[in-house]
Amino acid sequence: MATTYRRKPTKAEIRRQRMEELVTYPLDWLEERSGLIGGVRYFLFRNVPADINWMQTLGSAALTAFLVQAITGVILAMYYVPSAATDPHTGNPVAWESIVHITDDLTLGWLVRGMHRWGASVFIILMFLHMGRVFLFGAYKYPRELNWIVGVLILVMGMMEGFTGYLLPWDQTAYWATVVGINLNGTAPFLGPWLAQFLRGGQEIGGETLTRFYSLHMLVIPGAIIGLITLHLYLVIRLGVTSPPWSKEAAGMEPEEEEPARLRPGLTRPVPRPSGASAMQAEPGGQE
Amino acid sequence: MEPEQPSTDTEHESLHEETHLPPPTLWPIGFAIGIVVILVGLIINPLLISTIGAVIAIVFAVLWARDATAELRGESLVVEPERREMTEAGEGMTAPPADQQGVALVQVPETAVTRSVFLEGATLGLGAAIGGLITLPVAGFMVLPSFVGQEQHKVDLGPIERFPLGKWFIATFIVDPTQGEVSRRTAFIRNNGNTANPENPSEQVPSFTIISNRCAHLGCPVQANGPIGQKYTGVPSFKEHTLTGPAEFKSVTPAGYGCPCHGGQYDPEGNRIAGPPVRALDRYAFEINHGRLILLSTYSVSHVEGTGAQAKIYKYKEVGPGEHVDGPEQVFYPINPPHH
Repeated sequence: MATTYRRKPTKAEIRRQRMEELVTYPLDWLEERSGLIGGVRYFLFRNVPADINWMQTLGSAALTAFLVQAITGVILAMYYVPSAATDPHTGNPVAWESIVHITDDLTLGWLVRGMHRWGASVFIILMFLHMGRVFLFGAYKYPRELNWIVGVLILVMGMMEGFTGYLLPWDQTAYWATVVGINLNGTAPFLGPWLAQFLRGGQEIGGETLTRFYSLHMLVIPGAIIGLITLHLYLVIRLGVTSPPWSKEAAGMEPEEEEPARLRPGLTRPVPRPSGASAMQAEPGGQE
Repeated sequence: MEPEQPSTDTEHESLHEETHLPPPTLWPIGFAIGIVVILVGLIINPLLISTIGAVIAIVFAVLWARDATAELRGESLVVEPERREMTEAGEGMTAPPADQQGVALVQVPETAVTRSVFLEGATLGLGAAIGGLITLPVAGFMVLPSFVGQEQHKVDLGPIERFPLGKWFIATFIVDPTQGEVSRRTAFIRNNGNTANPENPSEQVPSFTIISNRCAHLGCPVQANGPIGQKYTGVPSFKEHTLTGPAEFKSVTPAGYGCPCHGGQYDPEGNRIAGPPVRALDRYAFEINHGRLILLSTYSVSHVEGTGAQAKIYKYKEVGPGEHVDGPEQVFYPINPPHH
């Protein structure tokens, strides 16, 4: 914003103005041609009820957990090899060896794999906490029913990520957990046996199961989750954030007339003393 | 046409006020199909299919050219004028006289498809057709290989003389050498001795009990409940290296089988005696080829009566773990995917 000076600006002021222009010019350029800046502002600086709660940050916490999974997953994919073939030198499966390589040999591989491994649980836990908050706040009610449904789909997709990702280390735990998991699907009535055979990529679990799970885990399901999260956020922006159930404002009551913070003792004003202290108090409604 | 010559009013209008467009025609679509057939033919069969494509393309090209040049050749065209519906709301507006508009205003029936509706439908339809052409084969490639061309793997377990009469062995073997260790399977094998061939009672044929270790609950590997190895069973364990890969045989005296995952229990014939399994353990079909024991595919069993060569086995087509083959629950699994 251009500042009007009554006097001639000093050199320092001119330099400062130029520096500001350096930042605002590209932003203005982008805004004029795309409206993106305004869009981001619209997304991030929305009005929300005055009495929202810290519990209402669980959704963005879950989103952050998903972003961590996405980023660490992309980097792990640079080193992981989804092959059930046996390494002729060691006799171990290639997929399992690549995980050992990531964990034991590569610099910081243990950390990124650990973030992905433990972050998976964090993601699921945060989604459940978020769901519990929405349930207890009654935030699933009209007109937000559809967003509840989308959220449930994201939760299911997250579970599928857990299921498909569990096989990738290709060790005994992974193998038998997947055997049981697929056969559980197989006991579903009517289409269960077909679903199980599709997941296995044949009659038996083998190399094709591993590559198929890898593709599902890193391409298909994350893509679906990203799409669903976009829809989820769109609905949040369109419908707004719910007030907590104890909100007096949402219940139609007049908000209590509150003394401005600066007039309350203790925060910006010293606690009034019984007598003879008025001279030490700041002037009410003083300069901001 | 000579520009110096003063033109009449009608000529003037036709030159400058009407945009001259060739009449609408559908022949280019046929022409395009012909070109596509030619290109596909170049890949599949240049002689036959490309020739057919060329014929289609030429026929439609001729038709198209005839249509496009009809005006030049002075043939009168039958082109219906475009008609627009008059709105009821336009009472205040008077329609311009027909002679000024150049097109006769005709009352159009409400069911008539207007140009924009047709274009909308055509765009959506073509988009759907192109999308379908791309999606269908891709979806087929995603789904079908899991169900089509499942191969049966025969596993050679070596000469039958190596199996002492009535003794159990835990056999581990590779089912598919191209898949390697991941196709290692386990079965419990007992030589039942010779028995009468059910098809030809006068003939004696070898009988084996070969029980798959895949639990009928959710597919975990069941373990033999009982002592393993020569030290406890008095029967030597042995190894074989056959054409289909290495196989190992550990002697065992099973009192039954137990699943480590969810506690399913079976008797030595594979009948369920406790826990969540829904039927008896699966069994391997086998054949004796030149005195060697060859494993074939597995089949499912609801239960077994009796033991050894005299056992009466209630056989069913191979189904997945957790699927009922008998009882009222079997209605939930009417059609199973193809099995080798």
